[in-house]
Amino acid sequence: MKRFLYELTESWKIAAAQMVANKTRSMLTALGVIIGIVAVTLMGTAINGISTGFDKSMAVIGDDVLYISQRPWTRMNDWWNYRDRKKIRTEYADKINHAIAATPNSNLMIAVPTMSLLRSVKAGDNSVDGVFILGTTTDYTLISTLDCSEGRFFNELESRGGAEVCVVGYDVADAAFAGRSALDKKVLINGHSFKVIGTLSRQGTFLGLFSLDSIVVIPLPAFKKYFSAKSEADVRVKVRDKTHMADAVDELTGIMRRLRSLPPEKKDDFSINEQQAFKSTLDAVKTTIAIAGLFITGLSLFVGAIGIMNITFVSVKERTKEIGTRKALGARRRTILLQFLIESTALCLVGGLIGLTFAYLMCFGMAAAFPSFPIRFSFGLVIASMIVSVLTGLVSGIAPAWSASRLDPVTALRYE
Amino acid sequence: MSLVTHHSSLPLVIDIENITKEYVMGEEIIHALRGVTLQIRRNEYLAVMGPSGSGKSTLMNMLGCLDTPSSGRYEFNGKNVSEMDGDELATIRNREIGFVFQTFNLLPRSTSLRNVELPLIYAGIDPEEREERATQALTDVGLGDRLTHKPNELSGGQRQRVAIARALVNHPSIILADEPTGNLDSKTGEEIMALFESLYQQGNTVIVVTHEADIARHARRSVHLRDGVVESDELAPLPPPAAMAVAVESLGK
Ligand SMILES: Nc1ncnc2c1ncn2[C@@H]1O[C@H](COP(=O)(O)OP(=O)(O)OP(=O)(O)O)[C@@H](O)[C@H]1O
Ligand SMILES: [Mg+2]
Repeated sequence: MKRFLYELTESWKIAAAQMVANKTRSMLTALGVIIGIVAVTLMGTAINGISTGFDKSMAVIGDDVLYISQRPWTRMNDWWNYRDRKKIRTEYADKINHAIAATPNSNLMIAVPTMSLLRSVKAGDNSVDGVFILGTTTDYTLISTLDCSEGRFFNELESRGGAEVCVVGYDVADAAFAGRSALDKKVLINGHSFKVIGTLSRQGTFLGLFSLDSIVVIPLPAFKKYFSAKSEADVRVKVRDKTHMADAVDELTGIMRRLRSLPPEKKDDFSINEQQAFKSTLDAVKTTIAIAGLFITGLSLFVGAIGIMNITFVSVKERTKEIGTRKALGARRRTILLQFLIESTALCLVGGLIGLTFAYLMCFGMAAAFPSFPIRFSFGLVIASMIVSVLTGLVSGIAPAWSASRLDPVTALRYE
Repeated sequence: MSLVTHHSSLPLVIDIENITKEYVMGEEIIHALRGVTLQIRRNEYLAVMGPSGSGKSTLMNMLGCLDTPSSGRYEFNGKNVSEMDGDELATIRNREIGFVFQTFNLLPRSTSLRNVELPLIYAGIDPEEREERATQALTDVGLGDRLTHKPNELSGGQRQRVAIARALVNHPSIILADEPTGNLDSKTGEEIMALFESLYQQGNTVIVVTHEADIARHARRSVHLRDGVVESDELAPLPPPAAMAVAVESLGK
């Protein structure tokens, strides 16, 4: 046991000396492993980042809300199949709420109508383009995680009466009023004047792709009056318990079919969307990244392993006489086997560490360049990379190490 | 073939009987050894001589358990070596045999100390004891001040001394040297032979292969090989006083 330990330390020392003596050669050989490790860590980091970013964004939007829309979210490619469906009307919200009230132990809590479009918002000389204008009722506060950092959301009266008041998102307040309070100021939406009665606290971005704070919320009647009354509407329905999502969807489907008076043989002419739909799209993205990453990783590790196997064979050849000498001095087969296995493993480990350093720097650079995209360089990835490196080293070293250990001492000593 | 035995009171270290070794090279079979019988006792000083190709190195490899005979019996310290597997032979080489090669065979990138420590690592000795014993062995061969030198920072004679220290460090039963002075000039060669002489005087068993009569003269017994058989096995007279003087002088250095 002790002997094994000493032989092990000795092998590491030899491996280190060997690498120091052949720096260029070692580095070139480790290149494949370096690239492989960079690929695997970047891939992992990207997947991690997307996942955490997604979860964060979902929490902001609220993952216990169902969206009744004309079209399903996930089917972008055959939208024409849904084009002729009847529009979702904001009046459904009230009817759904009646149905909910009439159902004992309903899985649903409340329905809220929304309409939205993108418009530019002006305040004095400042103009903000592409702001998400959301028309809804005061009940919207019950289904979203929005809250006001300043002022208040519009009340029942303003909501029903279609008062020309609005609640602005952080980005809008910031861009239009540049740090000064937006309260009681006027903003022009599409030329129509609204009074700011509240500012929303900051929500951040959705997956780093677009801001959730570029928003202005106005009462629904005002929206209908000043913007397109025919614009597409959604009804958002909050569920009571998100662990019973399927039941909630069934219940809501039933209510909607009754509202639309669909006979049993007809298919649904509306879509009930949930966050989960995003999740499956996201999973597809993650799988694509993983497959691409694993392919690149696998390929470069394969090439790297062959390079390392080759260089270890060269090393065995070059040091045949040394192997003979070691055997003459009492090295056993497994001693020699261990020595060359450790040499190839050390080479891979160094390659792995260099790869990790590169990947870390790249993540660091990316995080600096795109501060909104959530980048995670996790400890688990470091461990995984190290394991992958060691395995590559062992796999690529086994054949040359085996051949070295089988060398006949006399033949090895005679080798010039 | 006459069997000469010496100091018959001392135990046998090497006992080989009718050893043969054949090499197959394509169609041809080369008989490197054709039946060698030899007994070597503790604290003998033996020279193996003979023309090139007579089988000296082959015999040495056999005695040193680097190679196994094609036929014949070999007992080392009473243990039957011909039946041992690779690992057992490695252990014998590590504990019982000290090799000295014509080409020194030092690890080029390691210091003298690390070179001498190598057999101790394979023996599983603690690092502290390793360093202590390696330092002692190097001091014994007169290189106490060259511990951290690498082989390319040493002269040929010094390199061979490091190799001898390495052979000695595990206190082996025999020291096997195959043409240890072959790569050295004659003066340095004499110094190395003087070192072997003193090792012998301290009670070691020394076997030296050489084809130089001058070198062989240092030994107490010389075995001549020819075409893979023992041609003669004789006790040499004590070395002339002159040679003794050289030895004593070089020891003083
Ligand atoms: N591995 C081998 N394969 C084939 N033949 C071999 C091998 N080793 C030795 N021989 C042959 O065996 C014979 C004895 O060789 P050996 O090396 O023992 O001679 P030697 O007495 O040491 O000669 P030298 O004085 O030149 O070193 C030679 O004919 C040699 O060619
Ligand atoms: Mg020879």
